[in-house]
Amino acid sequence: MKVRKNVAISDSGFLFNPSSGDSYSVNPIGQEIIQMLQEEKSELEILDYILKEYMIDKNTVEKDLYDFLNMLKNYKLTE
Amino acid sequence: MSKPKYTVAVTGLNAIDSPGPGIAVIRALRESESFDVRIIGLSYESLEPGIYMHDLVDKTYQVPYPNAGQQVLFERFDYINSKENIDFLFPNFDAELFNFISLQTRLDEELGIKMVLPTQEQFDARHKANLYEYGKEHGIKVPFAKMVFSTAEIPSIANEIGFPLVVKGKFYDAKIAYSTDEAMQHFNKISAQWGLPVLVQEFIHGSEVNVCGIGDGNGVTLGAVPMRKLYITDKGKAWAGISLDDEKLLDVTQKLVKATKWRGPFELEFMKTNEDEYNLIEINPRFPAWCYLTVGAGQNQVESLVNMAMGNKMKPFTTYDVGKMFIRYSYDMVVNMKEFEQISTIGEL
Amino acid sequence: MEKKQYERPIIKSLNQGLMNKFGSRTEYTPMTHIDGCAVKDLLEEYGSPLFVMSERKIRDNYRNTKRIFETRYPKVQFAWSYKTNYLNAVCNVFHQEGSWGEVVSRFEYEKALNNGVPGNKILFNGPDKTDDDLRAAIKNDSPIHIDHLDELYRLTEIATELNVNPRVAIRVNMDTGIYPMWDRFGFNYENGQAWDAVNKIMANGKLKLVGLHCHIGTFMLAPNAYGIAATKMADLAKSIKNRYNKMVSYIDMGGGFASKNTLKGSYGLGADSVPEISQYAEAICSALLNAGFDNDELPYLYLETGRALIDDAGFLLGSVISNKRLSDGRRATILDFGVNIMFTSFWYDHKISPAQEFGQHTEDSVLYGPLCMNIDVIRENVTLPPLKAGDQVVVHTVGAYNITQSMQFIALRPAVVMIDMKGEPHVIKTKEVLETLEKGEVLPDYLSKFSL
Repeated sequence: MKVRKNVAISDSGFLFNPSSGDSYSVNPIGQEIIQMLQEEKSELEILDYILKEYMIDKNTVEKDLYDFLNMLKNYKLTE
Repeated sequence: MSKPKYTVAVTGLNAIDSPGPGIAVIRALRESESFDVRIIGLSYESLEPGIYMHDLVDKTYQVPYPNAGQQVLFERFDYINSKENIDFLFPNFDAELFNFISLQTRLDEELGIKMVLPTQEQFDARHKANLYEYGKEHGIKVPFAKMVFSTAEIPSIANEIGFPLVVKGKFYDAKIAYSTDEAMQHFNKISAQWGLPVLVQEFIHGSEVNVCGIGDGNGVTLGAVPMRKLYITDKGKAWAGISLDDEKLLDVTQKLVKATKWRGPFELEFMKTNEDEYNLIEINPRFPAWCYLTVGAGQNQVESLVNMAMGNKMKPFTTYDVGKMFIRYSYDMVVNMKEFEQISTIGEL
Repeated sequence: MEKKQYERPIIKSLNQGLMNKFGSRTEYTPMTHIDGCAVKDLLEEYGSPLFVMSERKIRDNYRNTKRIFETRYPKVQFAWSYKTNYLNAVCNVFHQEGSWGEVVSRFEYEKALNNGVPGNKILFNGPDKTDDDLRAAIKNDSPIHIDHLDELYRLTEIATELNVNPRVAIRVNMDTGIYPMWDRFGFNYENGQAWDAVNKIMANGKLKLVGLHCHIGTFMLAPNAYGIAATKMADLAKSIKNRYNKMVSYIDMGGGFASKNTLKGSYGLGADSVPEISQYAEAICSALLNAGFDNDELPYLYLETGRALIDDAGFLLGSVISNKRLSDGRRATILDFGVNIMFTSFWYDHKISPAQEFGQHTEDSVLYGPLCMNIDVIRENVTLPPLKAGDQVVVHTVGAYNITQSMQFIALRPAVVMIDMKGEPHVIKTKEVLETLEKGEVLPDYLSKFSL
C-alpha cells in the first residue's frame, strides 16, 4: 500500500490531502507510519520498525496497523 | 493625556450568515475614544471567520466547549491569561454564559479578568420558561405562557388564550397552531425532539421591535437604542435594520431595567401591537449581533461596559441618532492553509 | 536502548465536527490513584472489575452536609438510606458519624438491626410492609411511615390487638411545581387525603402521630421545590397543632438531592450545574424557620439523603478487553464491566478516566460492556486516548444504587473494597463465586442424573 505522494504532513501532525481538500490530525506514531509508507516501505518493514522502537507485542501492532491502514484507505489517502 | 490600553478577550467570532456578536463588539471596541485595545479572539471552531481577521483580532485562542465543564475552561483561561494578561472578557453566546457567571469571581480574583454579566438569578429568571412569571413580577407585559407536560392540558389553556397560539420547545423551535388538534400535533413533534416541558404561549399580533442596551446593576439604564428589522433572512436573522424614535419603548426598557436591576448588556425583543402595547418576548443576556448600530447611532455601549468594569468615569447615554440603518453583507476572505493548520493543531493563531 | 511508550496510531478527520483537543472534554486526565492506592495494584490484588469506596470521601460528604444543615436549622437528624448502598461497612461509616437508618423493606430493616442501630432510630418507609413487618417495627419502637389507607387500617388493628400505641408518620405527596409528581406514594396534600389520614389517626387514638414524611422525587435539580414542599409540610403540621393541640416531633424531608453525575441529554457537566447542598438546605431550612412554629415546638428536621452523600465516594475500576472498528467507522472499546453492575449508565454519562498516562491525542469511542446483549452500553460517545487491551479505567461517581441494583446476569459480581482513612484497602464484599450463585438452589433428585 502506498500513500499518495501529494499528501503533506506537518510536524504538528496536520495532514492535508490536496486532491480532496480534506485535512486530518495524526498522532506521532501515525505520522511515522505515513512517512514510511511514502518511502514505500512494506507493511512488514513498518511492523518490524514499531516492534523495535516501542514497548508492545506483535499481535497488538498487527491489529492496530491493519486498522490504521484501513482508515487511510477509507479516507482515500492511498493509491 | 494618553489613553489606557486594555487587553480584551471576545467570543462569538462566527461572523457567518447567522452571525455571533463578536466581530460587532470588536469593531465597537476598536472605535473607543477612551481607551486603546489589544483584542484576543476566543474561538470554539477552526472556521470561525474572526480568527482570520487580523486587522480586527490580534490573536486567537481555541477554548473548550461549554459542556467540557468549568474546571477545564478555567484552566484554559489560566493558560491564555499567562500569555496575554487579559483585562476584560466579553462572552457573547447564551450557551457559555452559565459557566462564565459561575466562574466570574474566580476569573476576577485569581486571574484579574473582569466581566459585566447578569446575576445567576437574572439569567435564570429571563429564561423562556420563566419569562411570563418574571414579567408579572416586574409589571412588564409578557404574552401568557404555560409549561405543559401532556396534551391533556392543552384544551383548557387554549380556552383561556384562544387561537392562534404558539407551541414552543424548551430551547428551540416554535410553531403556530390554529386549533386544538394542531396544537396537540405540534406538542407531540416538539416534545419528541426537545423533550418536556413544552411551552404554550399566547400569540401576539404586531411587529417586532428590539432594544440593545446596558443596565448598571442598580436599576439605571446606561444606554438603550431601539431598532426594527427592515428585512429578515430566511434564517430569521436581521439583514437590515433602523434605529427608531420610540419614547414608549424606551420607557418600558427603563422600567424593566429598574425593576430587575439588570446588570450588563441585553437585547430585548418586543411585539408591538396595533394598539401600541409592548409585549416582551425575550431577553437575551448579552449584546446582539447588531450592536454595532448603537455605535453608529452615537452610543458606544460596548465601550461603556468596559469602562464600567474598569471603574472609569462614564455617563449614561441619553440621546442617539434616529434613522441610522445597518445593512449586513458577507465577504469572502482568502486565507492560507497554514493558518487553518495552526489554529487546528496548536489552538492558537 | 529504552523502548518508547506505545500508543495506537490514529488519524482523525478535521472536517467532521472540527473538534480539537482544546474543545473536547478532558476526561482523559488519568486517575492513577484513589486515596493513595494505585489503581493498578488494587486491580492486581482484588481482580478486575472492582468497586472501590472511599471512606474519607463518605465521612467528608456527611460532615460537610451535616454542617451545612446545622448552621441553618437547630434540630437536624440524618437517617442513612439503606437502599442507596446497604453494604454493612458503608452503613456503619454513616452510623459511626451519627446517622440513623432509613429502610424500605424487611431485609433492610433486619440489616439495620444487625448493624446495631437501635430500633427507635430506624425509620420504616415503603408501600409494602406485611403484618409481620409491622409487628416487628412496633416491637422495636421504630417510627412507621404509613404509605396508604390499607396500611393505616391494618396497623390500627394490630395496635388494638397488641394494645400498644405505635409511633407513626404519614407520607405526604404534593405538587412542588416539578414533573413528574410522585403522587403514587403516600397521601396527597392538595386534595385533602393527607389531612383526612391525619384525622383518621387522631380519631381512632390507637396510633401516635409523631411525624410527617415526604420524598418529592429523585435527582431533583430545583432546590425551590424543597422550599415549597417544606412550606406545605409545615402548614400541615400547624393545622394539626391548631386542630388537635398536638405538635409533631419531626418533619422528614426524605432524600432526592442530586449528585455530581451528568444526566444523559443535559448540556453542561453535572459537576457544574447540579445545585449545591447549601441551596437545598437554604430552601428547606428557611421554609421551616419562617413557618411560624413556636420556638420550643420547632420540629426536628429528618433527612434521608442517600445519593448526594455516597455517589462520588464510589469508583468502579475495570480493564479494556478489546477494541474494534464498527461498520460505520466508529471506534468501539469493550470493557470488562457492563450495565449489569453499572445500572446507572442507563441515565448518566458517567465520567470515565484512563488509569495510566497517555499522549495528547484522543479519539471518540463507544464504550461497551462484556455482556452478550445489545443494550450493554456504558457510554454512547466518549473522548478518550487510544486504549488498548489490558489498559485500565476508572469510572467515577458510582457509589449510589449500583451495588444495590446490580444484576447477577451472565457475569459474577465483583468484589468491593473500602479504602480507610489511612489509605489501607479492606475487602468489604468478596467477589461472587459459583457457590454464591447456587446458594439456595435446590435440584430435585430425579433431575440429578442424565447421560449425554
